[in-house]
Amino acid sequence: MTLKTIAISNLRRRKARALFVLAGLLIGVSTVVGLISLVKEMKNDINHKLEMYGANILIVPKTENLSLTYGGMSLGGVSFDMKEIRQEELRKITSIKNAANVAAVGPMVLGPVTVGGHRVLMAGVDFTAAQILRPWWVPKGKLPAEEENAVVLGANASRVTGLKAGDKAKINGRELVVTAVLESTGSQDDELVFAPLRTVQSLLGKQGRISMAEVAALCTGCPIPEMVKQISEVLPSANVMAIQQVVKGRMETIGHFENFSYGISALVLFVGCLMVFVTMMGSVRERTVEIGIFRAMGFRKSHVVRIVLLEAGIVGALAGAGGYLAGIGATKALLPLFTEGHGPGGLSFEPMMAGAAIAASIILGIAASLYPALTASRLDPNEALRAM
Amino acid sequence: MSYIHADNLVKQYGTGEATVTAVDGVSLQIGEGEFLAIMGESGSGKSTLLSMLGGLNSPTSGRFHVNGIDVYALTSDERADFRKKSIGFVFQNFHLLPYLTLAENAMLPLAIEKASRKKKLAVATDALARVGLHGKAARLPNQISGGEQERVAIARAIVNRPPIILADEPTGNLDTRTGAEVMKLLALLNQEGTTVIMVTHSNEYAHCARRLIRLSDGRRLGEETVMEKGGTNISSCRAA
Repeated sequence: MTLKTIAISNLRRRKARALFVLAGLLIGVSTVVGLISLVKEMKNDINHKLEMYGANILIVPKTENLSLTYGGMSLGGVSFDMKEIRQEELRKITSIKNAANVAAVGPMVLGPVTVGGHRVLMAGVDFTAAQILRPWWVPKGKLPAEEENAVVLGANASRVTGLKAGDKAKINGRELVVTAVLESTGSQDDELVFAPLRTVQSLLGKQGRISMAEVAALCTGCPIPEMVKQISEVLPSANVMAIQQVVKGRMETIGHFENFSYGISALVLFVGCLMVFVTMMGSVRERTVEIGIFRAMGFRKSHVVRIVLLEAGIVGALAGAGGYLAGIGATKALLPLFTEGHGPGGLSFEPMMAGAAIAASIILGIAASLYPALTASRLDPNEALRAM
Repeated sequence: MSYIHADNLVKQYGTGEATVTAVDGVSLQIGEGEFLAIMGESGSGKSTLLSMLGGLNSPTSGRFHVNGIDVYALTSDERADFRKKSIGFVFQNFHLLPYLTLAENAMLPLAIEKASRKKKLAVATDALARVGLHGKAARLPNQISGGEQERVAIARAIVNRPPIILADEPTGNLDTRTGAEVMKLLALLNQEGTTVIMVTHSNEYAHCARRLIRLSDGRRLGEETVMEKGGTNISSCRAA
């Protein structure tokens, strides 16, 4: 027989009250766990979708000139005096702290060429990386392999040059096969002629050099500004930029979700605490005589407080465990309604979150029961035993 | 100074014109191992006096000492410790906790003691055996009779062997035969050296005590010695 025995026995006897307290905390905890899990999964979903937007870090040579283009329109005939980066330097990206967050690095060499009497901009790319960096590409035909003497035309480039998949194009004295034509993307890609990186480097006489590189680094928890800094440090001759619109938009969306979930969580927890408080106050009033007996037998005020808080703690622990499971269950059920195609497959048991849910539930239960516990301890034992 | 010394105890409730004096200048001297009965009509202040003697109810004025300790000069926690060590309460309505077994009810005062469950259970079982409830330790209060419930209340009162037992109408809810058995039990405890102070309005059971005081309107009316010190009253209680 200890104070814990008294607390557990009382909970067993007053099942309805215990269940009510349990429900109050359980609803609160499950809501918080559910919302946090839901937001986390939605963040994953958003990130997954954002990854579809392609590159979000650009690496270009450092230059003192300002760009005179806007929206793809060139303003003024500024000579295109481009500096280049050595392609081998890109390997240094693999040594940055957040290298694991880099989904793809796409080197690109650019240069003007003449195709069928038309001046066009030719881009040498790594087509494997390009499929990650430009997931919106819809080629009509087949994208070429690395060493192939082949080209892929943007929609406008195809229209202007009159070349289609299967045609042959003579560029800088070298005959290349058009293996694919891209569907219109609404971007500058429509104007370009793409070919394997080495092929273009050879055609332009820029072996081992690149004009720019794109990096895809959107993923859960990727610190884009930090990664930009890290890449800048390993590539001091390059200018590394984050595509701010995507990054900021992503962060803003996630921030809205998080703020919403925290607000709702706080509200539900507050209501849950109120339920615990009211129920425990009622319980204390109902147990006036019992508390009087404890005090008559020599229980100190602190012993009475401990009994009430032990009860709250036990119920809190059960509510925390149940709330975690209910929250995860609710998230699994609701996730398909909030995401498209990204199901609850990623949801799994998280010991940290489960532990935090139980700890938070115990703390909240005890906090909400503190005043009732103090009220119980302050009961005048003689008043409590009026029937004596 | 006697073992229990109450000097001019006064207890008033309310303020101004609404003031009610429940106990009005009662003085008492009780020796160690005595059996005192307090009698009076309903509202005479006997239960209020008993709660003051139990360290539960601070007097409006007057002083109260037990074994030289000024009980109401103690802090709340010190007074709780004093009750734990010195007083065993037997309530009129038994006040057993319905969700605990008889053994658990009996060992309730031990819940705040640092001892193993095995030891506590042994002590509680022994206390239950002393009141004649051997073999019923695992039952719940609603599974036994009123007389047995009173016995459990007595077992709970004596489980930590306090030197003083305060009993408030211990036979109030019992039939004559069961009441007599309870009185015999209290008399036995007294014979073993426990000081027993009992409130009752039963003249018959009051005569189980060695000394009897009467209260009326909170005032002590008189005192009669029922039995000389050293005499046994078990047989007379059996007769009751």
